[in-house]
Amino acid sequence: MKYVTVILFFLMTFTVEAWTTDTYVFEDEVTEIRYKALVKELRCPKCQNQNLADSNSAIANDLRREVYELLQQGKADIEIVDFMVKRYGEFVLYRPRVSSLTYILWFGPALLLLIGVIVVIFILRKKPVKQVNKTLSNEQQDKLAQILKDK
Amino acid sequence: MAKIIRFIPLVLFIALGIILYRGLSLNPQAMPSALVGQKMPAFALTQLLKPDVTLTEQDLAGDIVLLNVWGTWCVYCKYEHPYLIDIAKSGRVSLYGLNYKDDRKDAEQWLKDYQDPYQLSIFDPLGKLGIELGVTAAPETFVIDKSGLIRMKYVGPIDGRVWREKFVPVIELLESEMKGGATS
Repeated sequence: MKYVTVILFFLMTFTVEAWTTDTYVFEDEVTEIRYKALVKELRCPKCQNQNLADSNSAIANDLRREVYELLQQGKADIEIVDFMVKRYGEFVLYRPRVSSLTYILWFGPALLLLIGVIVVIFILRKKPVKQVNKTLSNEQQDKLAQILKDK
Repeated sequence: MAKIIRFIPLVLFIALGIILYRGLSLNPQAMPSALVGQKMPAFALTQLLKPDVTLTEQDLAGDIVLLNVWGTWCVYCKYEHPYLIDIAKSGRVSLYGLNYKDDRKDAEQWLKDYQDPYQLSIFDPLGKLGIELGVTAAPETFVIDKSGLIRMKYVGPIDGRVWREKFVPVIELLESEMKGGATS
């Protein structure tokens, strides 16, 4: 138990909040929350597996500034997202929009699950194999007795 | 029927194998540009070598415009530089530079040291036009047609092979479009 406590202690001490160090000042808390949500939601087009909030690359820096400026201009979240998509493509969205291109992304897993369920039902409902009469005929019985006797 | 069912996993496995194998050779950095087919975005930025001259999208004049995004901080820009000089000399396209997130003095020095292939360079220290163009880094090169539509975006350095394989077909297409437009 003691060890567990020690391990937990270390785990907690080494957890770091990874926010990049922009010093944007927001007039109100709501805008700040919106800013944080947007930079989390938008993907860095250069580093690809990071969102804008986590990335230190030059372009992520610029795009964070752009998000901040657009927020200051009073743009709605959807307008800011559209602004990014128009320039960097659907790619910048971590949650791609539902369109004919992304149907497979959105509905693929559900479809696979459905197929799985159907397969399982199919297997479970399969009728058990009919019991074949496995007893030996008289003739075979005699032959068996003969073999055993010979031994 | 039962026999066919038995082969379904194999078929699925092969199909998945093919898809995943293809994925190995795809370049995850290559993204379709959202701007191809769009108009060149409007801008107002100063000229690199003449800080008092303000440039707009109207200044990118030419039948076929190549807009090359570059910076002195960009290693591959130096690699592609000799090719850009050749392209500018060929006179087939009008080559313009977009000096992206750079220092004006450094950029001037670069053009002095390595020769200036550009008709002119736009100075974009904050990367504002870069964002409008969906630029993620340098070098990137845009092909813009006579009517100001972006026809192609190439990410990465240009060299002889890239020029022949990626650019020449597009330029030939644009040239034939212009010829077609002139005769009809």
